[in-house]
Amino acid sequence: MAFTKVALFFLLVAVTTKPIGLYMRRVFCGERTFLDPLAAPLERLIHRLAGIDAKREQSWQAYALAMLAFSMIGLVLTYALLRLQHVLPLNPDHLGAVGPDLAWNTAVSFTTNTDWQAYVGESTMSQLSQMAALAFHNFASAATGIAVAIAVIRGVARQRAATLGNFWVDLVRATLWILLPLSLVAAIVLLSQGVVQNFDTSTRVRTLEGATQAIAQGPVASQEAIKELGTNGGGFFNANSAHPYENPTPFTNLFEMFLILWIAAGLTYTLGSMTGKPRHGWAVFAAMSLLFLAMTSLGVAAEIRGNPLHHLGPNLEGKETRFGAADSALFASVTTAASCGAVNAMHDSFTPLGGFVPLANILLGEVVFGGAGAGLYGIFVFIILAVFIAGLMVGRTPEYLGKKIEAKDVKLAMLTVLIFALFVLAGSALATATNAGRSSISNAGPHGLSQMAYAYTSAAGNNGSAFAGLNANTRFYNIGLGLAMFFGRFFMIIPVLGIAGSLAAKKRIAESAGTFPVDGALFAILLAGVIVIVGALTYFPMLSLGPVVEHFVMQSGKVFG
Amino acid sequence: MKRRAMFDAFVKLDPRRMWRNPVMFLVEVGALVTTLLLLRDRTLLQLQIAFWLWATVLFANFAEALAEGRGKAQAAALRKTKHDTVARRLTNDGGEEPVPASQLRKGDRVVVEANQLIPGDGTVIEGIASVNEAAITGESAPVIREAGGDRSAVTGGTIVLSDRIVVEITSEPGQTFIDRMIRLVEGAERQKTPNEIALDILLAGLTIVFLLATVTLKPFALYSGGDVSITVLVALLVCLIPTTIGALLSAIGIAGMDRVLQHNVLAMSGRAIEAAGDVNVLLLDKTGTITLGNRQATELRPAHDVDARTLAEAAQLSSLADETPEGRSIVVLAKEQHGLRGRDLHDLGGHFVPFTAKTRMSGVDLPTVDSPAVRRVRKGAADAIDAFVRANGGDFPDDIRAAVATIASAGGTPLVVAEDARVLGVIYLKDVVKGGMRERFERLRMMGIRTVMITGDNPLTAETIAREAGVDDVLAEATPEDKLALIRREQAGGNLVAMTGDGTNDAPALAQADVGVAMNSGTQAAKEAGNMVDLDSNPTKLIEIVEIGKQLLMTRGALTTFSIANDVAKYFAIIPALFLATYPQLQALNVMHLATPRSAILSAVIFNALVIVALVPLALRGVAYRPLGAARILRRNLLLYGAGGIVVPFLGIKLIDLVLGLVGLA
Repeated sequence: MAFTKVALFFLLVAVTTKPIGLYMRRVFCGERTFLDPLAAPLERLIHRLAGIDAKREQSWQAYALAMLAFSMIGLVLTYALLRLQHVLPLNPDHLGAVGPDLAWNTAVSFTTNTDWQAYVGESTMSQLSQMAALAFHNFASAATGIAVAIAVIRGVARQRAATLGNFWVDLVRATLWILLPLSLVAAIVLLSQGVVQNFDTSTRVRTLEGATQAIAQGPVASQEAIKELGTNGGGFFNANSAHPYENPTPFTNLFEMFLILWIAAGLTYTLGSMTGKPRHGWAVFAAMSLLFLAMTSLGVAAEIRGNPLHHLGPNLEGKETRFGAADSALFASVTTAASCGAVNAMHDSFTPLGGFVPLANILLGEVVFGGAGAGLYGIFVFIILAVFIAGLMVGRTPEYLGKKIEAKDVKLAMLTVLIFALFVLAGSALATATNAGRSSISNAGPHGLSQMAYAYTSAAGNNGSAFAGLNANTRFYNIGLGLAMFFGRFFMIIPVLGIAGSLAAKKRIAESAGTFPVDGALFAILLAGVIVIVGALTYFPMLSLGPVVEHFVMQSGKVFG
Repeated sequence: MKRRAMFDAFVKLDPRRMWRNPVMFLVEVGALVTTLLLLRDRTLLQLQIAFWLWATVLFANFAEALAEGRGKAQAAALRKTKHDTVARRLTNDGGEEPVPASQLRKGDRVVVEANQLIPGDGTVIEGIASVNEAAITGESAPVIREAGGDRSAVTGGTIVLSDRIVVEITSEPGQTFIDRMIRLVEGAERQKTPNEIALDILLAGLTIVFLLATVTLKPFALYSGGDVSITVLVALLVCLIPTTIGALLSAIGIAGMDRVLQHNVLAMSGRAIEAAGDVNVLLLDKTGTITLGNRQATELRPAHDVDARTLAEAAQLSSLADETPEGRSIVVLAKEQHGLRGRDLHDLGGHFVPFTAKTRMSGVDLPTVDSPAVRRVRKGAADAIDAFVRANGGDFPDDIRAAVATIASAGGTPLVVAEDARVLGVIYLKDVVKGGMRERFERLRMMGIRTVMITGDNPLTAETIAREAGVDDVLAEATPEDKLALIRREQAGGNLVAMTGDGTNDAPALAQADVGVAMNSGTQAAKEAGNMVDLDSNPTKLIEIVEIGKQLLMTRGALTTFSIANDVAKYFAIIPALFLATYPQLQALNVMHLATPRSAILSAVIFNALVIVALVPLALRGVAYRPLGAARILRRNLLLYGAGGIVVPFLGIKLIDLVLGLVGLA
């Protein structure tokens, strides 16, 4: 039953990949779409107001600079807003200024599409802060990711070209044609299921026990849609998608998971379509699917089996009973496979293997579908590495769709792998070695290690989900995780754009029987294999002292105090 | 050679040299650290780990030294041909002076006469001579070398058989092709190829990743309530970093050059060999490459007033003593068509007139029965025979002139037969496609390489031969400019082009091609323009060169994959061993059931060192190459070196663990 649900969900993603992928291709290639009558005038208006010259394309450096400038301005403004919220309007509860380290952490978190929330929204952020952080960055950071992915695809598709497109144009198109309309439709669907959408004050109710409870209200449905669609993950409520107002029914649960993967999956088709190699796009999709299904099955199986010490069947601790063990494990796998970070259950309460799955999903590099745009440009790095390592084995200079992979490309690809590994490993190691790091954990032994490792992994991978249990709002974690999020995002994007620029400038080598095949099952397996091997070899020691040993310890019946 | 390589392995420990190879440099640092720690921990384990880490470095150096040694030996064998002779250098006033060949400089002119060694590489600037180039090619048939043509280049160490030539030396002492090749092999001048650099970066990147993974293991271990010693961490690091490929990378490159040299080809750089693997269009000259250079007689066309049998007799007579393939084919044809039996020229009292580069005719002088005059039967090119009959007071008939034109236009070679003043007819010599060419082109097609035949023939003839030979495309009536244009066109279409050439007018095309193989018999200009020189002047060798290039890249990829795949087993050996004291439950990860933690760590380290030695032969020989499509090769190699790379160390480490237990070293 549980696995039928997994299969059904996957089927839903698979059959909708082509329509959205094709649509995105049309949007970014400037072809006609049914939304043009609505979006095109708006686009022209924005271009005129912002002084964007849509005809002028940018080199990879200019593209990266524009992306960085846009993100940095957003970062600085958000930081300033949070620091000054006590003197700004829309602060009915008269909340004070957000502290510098938390403001930094939060500003980075939303700018980088991570949505790591080290604070409790209701008691820390004014309404203005919430709206700026959630509403603006949810769209902006996701659109940035999609734009970068499209620039990367152009780099592969073009030859002897000096430019990758125009960042501003791509950003506006991603927002007007994709994120806004899709989240609008999604919000309506959620609304129909009972997700609230209002500007009311909290509702005061008397509970069955006779106590009084204040239930917060707000424009939830609209936030919810972009939270998933843009793989942001920052919830309106602290309980995120476990909250009945965010995720009331099994159907919304399925729908939200679908939204999380939709754009990332679709971009694989866009890749195939824009490069004129649809089969290549499907091979990338297949590699992602292979990893997703394997990881998800492991997680679902572990949660259904539960903890043998309890003999209670499925592990339901920290889960919503309306979802149950299987749907919670599936959601956990989806939200970490894509760098979303929305949660409908507490990962900290999962069984060791069940908790291993979300952690490992992020450690694989957020490329198992991955974030909106981020997944595609992330797997692009692994494609380069897979093609390089295995490409030599067919007896030719490795080439990716006719582009030779040379020293510079390998250097940049390795750089992204290194930066990610550095922040995950060094960050976690620093946490385990210092009092500042250790004092935040809520469990001793391997589970504590998992909590610290998960925090740095989630930050560097721009996921944003938390292993809970960890008190993240400390100076150590705010600053450290902020750095991890910052480098994990921009030192991924900039090298990746560099590779795209380098590929765009190259001449395409004619295809022949001696050409390395990047379509078909063999390539999909190879790509998945390289992702697993790189991830496993880098993180096996750390994992073995965290969830792996915890699993074996649990099997042997031991508990930690 | 092995002893020499062992010695060199120690010389190469010099950190300044090791630095060129970051992976092995790190191993050397690790070996040094564990050795220094030996001062503190005088345990058997410490000693053994230090020993095996040094062994790992030495094995890598040994592999490189061995490859170098083999290359040097091969090059030395070639160089031996250059005896230190005394050259006769021309002075400015026209005189001669004796000079040792080793002191000849570029631009010096030397005189060489029959039975003398040519003292150095150069160009014939005066005269014509037949030269025995067996010393470098192993082919005993003499070749013609003459001034001013495409056959003007001579190589030092070859012997002039006849006539006298003046040679202008074209290389400085120590700068000949062979000298250059030797330096390439020796490493002093060896530059990393683009693919090698890219691979180095990948390996260095992986090394840093593993450095991070091992260094952070210390705080993780301390947090978990255990500890790991520096020695064990170093051992883990060395096991994880890609030492297998790091150790063999340069050996693979040198071995590739060795293999090229074994085929009697001098490559100007490792880059050229790599580029050969990437080639997807091959330009081949028709003559001598696709067809036998020597043509076969297929038809006899008598003049209008000559009986067919008379022509056949004369043709046979003129060819009886002619041992060239063309000559023999004429005798065979006369027998087949007219039943003429072979006769002995001696019995007829005849006298053979051999072909010379000057007369361009051959034939016999036969005594006549009733007069002192001799019958002079000749066969040769139309213009040469024309001159011959006119000199004897005869005429060159128009129907023969027409027949000559027809044969030539059909791609054949007309050979005119005459007796004294009378032209008897024409022999039709035809191109014959070499045996096995069709299969070779098929093989190339499977490798994804398209062959284009280049010929001066008219399109019709060219098509006929192209069909017969099974090439993919043809460039007919090709001028050197056409050739160059074709290469540019192919390159613009994203193809990498390889070609062979020998003439000066091939030089621009050779330079433009991604891989240009100049024939050693070709001109100096051609040799300078290409990036390889084939000492045997065998144009089909391009196919072997392409295969060597592919094999070189495949070997690198295969060992990289193998090296990375190996790490899986090493983790399963070392990680449980490291933390067994802290978490006894981790015994579950000890899937190989290694006896003790010490034995597990040691076994992994030893396996890591020994696998280098085990793979040296593969690195030197190259992985087996089969001309299959890329998809099939990939599947095969992934299975062999990827899946194999995961499985083999599990078995190997377990085996070493058992042995260590038996001899009591763990």
